[in-house]
Amino acid sequence: MANLTLIQAVNDGLKVAMRDDDSVVVFGEDVGPKGGVFLATEGLTSEFGQERCFDTPLSEDGIIGTAIGMAMNGLTPVTEIQFQDFIFPAFDQIVSEAAKLRYRSGGQYTAPMVIRTPYGGGIRGGLYHSQSGEAYFAHTAGLKVVIPSTPYDAKGLLLAAIKDPDPVLFMEPKALYRAVKGEVPEGEYTVDLSTLRTVQEGRDVTVYCYGAMVPVVEKAAAQAKEQRGIDCLVIDLRTLMPLDEEGVIEAAKQTGRVVVVHEAPRFCGYGAEISALIAERCIEYMEAPVKRVTGFDTPFPNTLEHHYLPDDRRVLDAIEAVYDF
Amino acid sequence: MTDMLTVISPTGATKKGYDAGLSDEELLHCYRSMLLVRSFDEICLKLQRSGRIGFSIPNLGIEATQVGAASAMRKTDWIFPSYRDFGMALYHGIKPVDMMHNMFGNAEDAAKGRQMPVHFSFVDPIHFYSISSPIGTHLPHAVGAAYASKMRKEDTVHLVSFGDGGTSSSGFHSGMNFAAVWKAPVVFLCQNNGYAISCPSEDQTASDGYAIKAQAYGMPHQTVDGNDLFAVRDAVLAAAERARKGEGPSMIEAVTFRMGGHSTSDDPTKYVPKEVVEKWKKKDPVERFRKYLQKRKIWTKDLEETMRAETLAEIDAAAKTAEKTPGPGLETIFSDVFAEVPDHIRAQGEFLFDLSKRRGEADAGDGEFPL
Repeated sequence: MANLTLIQAVNDGLKVAMRDDDSVVVFGEDVGPKGGVFLATEGLTSEFGQERCFDTPLSEDGIIGTAIGMAMNGLTPVTEIQFQDFIFPAFDQIVSEAAKLRYRSGGQYTAPMVIRTPYGGGIRGGLYHSQSGEAYFAHTAGLKVVIPSTPYDAKGLLLAAIKDPDPVLFMEPKALYRAVKGEVPEGEYTVDLSTLRTVQEGRDVTVYCYGAMVPVVEKAAAQAKEQRGIDCLVIDLRTLMPLDEEGVIEAAKQTGRVVVVHEAPRFCGYGAEISALIAERCIEYMEAPVKRVTGFDTPFPNTLEHHYLPDDRRVLDAIEAVYDF
Repeated sequence: MTDMLTVISPTGATKKGYDAGLSDEELLHCYRSMLLVRSFDEICLKLQRSGRIGFSIPNLGIEATQVGAASAMRKTDWIFPSYRDFGMALYHGIKPVDMMHNMFGNAEDAAKGRQMPVHFSFVDPIHFYSISSPIGTHLPHAVGAAYASKMRKEDTVHLVSFGDGGTSSSGFHSGMNFAAVWKAPVVFLCQNNGYAISCPSEDQTASDGYAIKAQAYGMPHQTVDGNDLFAVRDAVLAAAERARKGEGPSMIEAVTFRMGGHSTSDDPTKYVPKEVVEKWKKKDPVERFRKYLQKRKIWTKDLEETMRAETLAEIDAAAKTAEKTPGPGLETIFSDVFAEVPDHIRAQGEFLFDLSKRRGEADAGDGEFPL
């Protein structure tokens, strides 16, 4: 066991995967000798050589497009898109190509690959270094979407994603890269995709969250307990597609009061899916309307980002509102 | 435009001592492959006009480019085709019936009826990569697959074929750039057939031809007469040889002309001047190759008649078999999205099966593809 930050856990996961499997190659912008702008790939080029960890030209659709070709021809590409905000030139390659290749070729060609990308706010990155685009991708048939929130999960989910036979978008909460630390086993282990993590048990209000919102929700839940005696069941969704729907329904039934938290904009955001699922599958268990705590339906501001991002005040507000309903 | 390579003259003559490196049998296989393409086009047009398939892509005029390029590829090589590359598949022995299964979108189709007609996918007897409708997206795929081959030190070459319109796509730029930087074993074949659907070359690029674009990427390039099977073959062979030796990618522009519409739904008389068509009619690629075979004394009128009848019968039989093959089952909507069917998709499938039992299947409607 080692006590690692989330970014160190990602780095460790990449090293374990590359030692274990010669077919794993890591590439993207500045991921080579520099080790990536957040240092996720630090030390990989020196350990595994230029052929297996390298810088590419500055072209997201080139990175993803070539990764698809490598994946169909026996390699296991783990690409980095420097900021999730920069992924859109590759949107066509992800949505129309990687995600559809198995389907459109009847399984003759497949694209088992991982796209790692830091997402979300918290670094004063403004409009183009802060977005949370998970809903665009979770909407895409054939693509898995994974978001860890702890160092343990970051490594275990990453290793599971690398072994997965389908393309996986692995979104890393950059606000947590160095803000969270935790015990991480050495060597190989995996955390199954499409499983929820119960962050804390509770009988009064269920709060769903993922990524950088998990510690925010934990803080609000502690305040709810302390100030009002409200017990929150906190669920870290971890895999947005395919979602553990049964787990979500079960958690909603346990309390009958639901809050969904994400930093992405509200409209057609992932919280809408959770809300609709609960409405369709277990509305008869509900004691209060579902509340969403989300980013606003505006671009992501810079100076005022702390007002844009859901914080413990807003989450606590919502917990109390559904509790008091 | 850079100098254009031509090998076979309009009368079918080649320079003294020229050797394409093909046996008589192989030469006739090239010719037969082009006739197969023509038969395929002919039958598909009839099938489309009679409403039995929704769509096809005519290849008339491009046959020599397709077959010439394919003849330079080994079975271990990969072809990343455009949607107008029937001849590459047929040359390499992909069975017409398997292509027809795709035209009908039936249960035997590799894509299980999920794609439009002409969106073939094969892995045997050669990798003929699954075709996508968006333009130029497959160029970086070829480069990535080539990187994998290079990393394993194989001598596999990856041929990627695209049209003049494809050179404007982001995939062209990223594919060419990555391939050159990585010295990936790729042959980029631009089939300049004059029009991207209805958009003529002068509205596609201000560049002096397409091949010259390779220069900016640091890649050798060659313009060839696309209606000259040997010119295309020789250029692709040379490019493949470079790639096999680890010297990196090349780009070839084959100047040719699409004698038909973009598709069976398109009316090219609306945008192609008559005199242009007349000019290209005189350059018919199949005719030119026939004249060469005639000069070489391996072509006879009897052979021509037999071959035409045979290829037409072969394609006709393939179409009949495919037409009789049942359509894909409802379950094929839900499989192959992921390696394993996840719960939510399984539930949606079960819903549809149950609904279809209770209320009968959905009406197929009369949707017609406009393009």
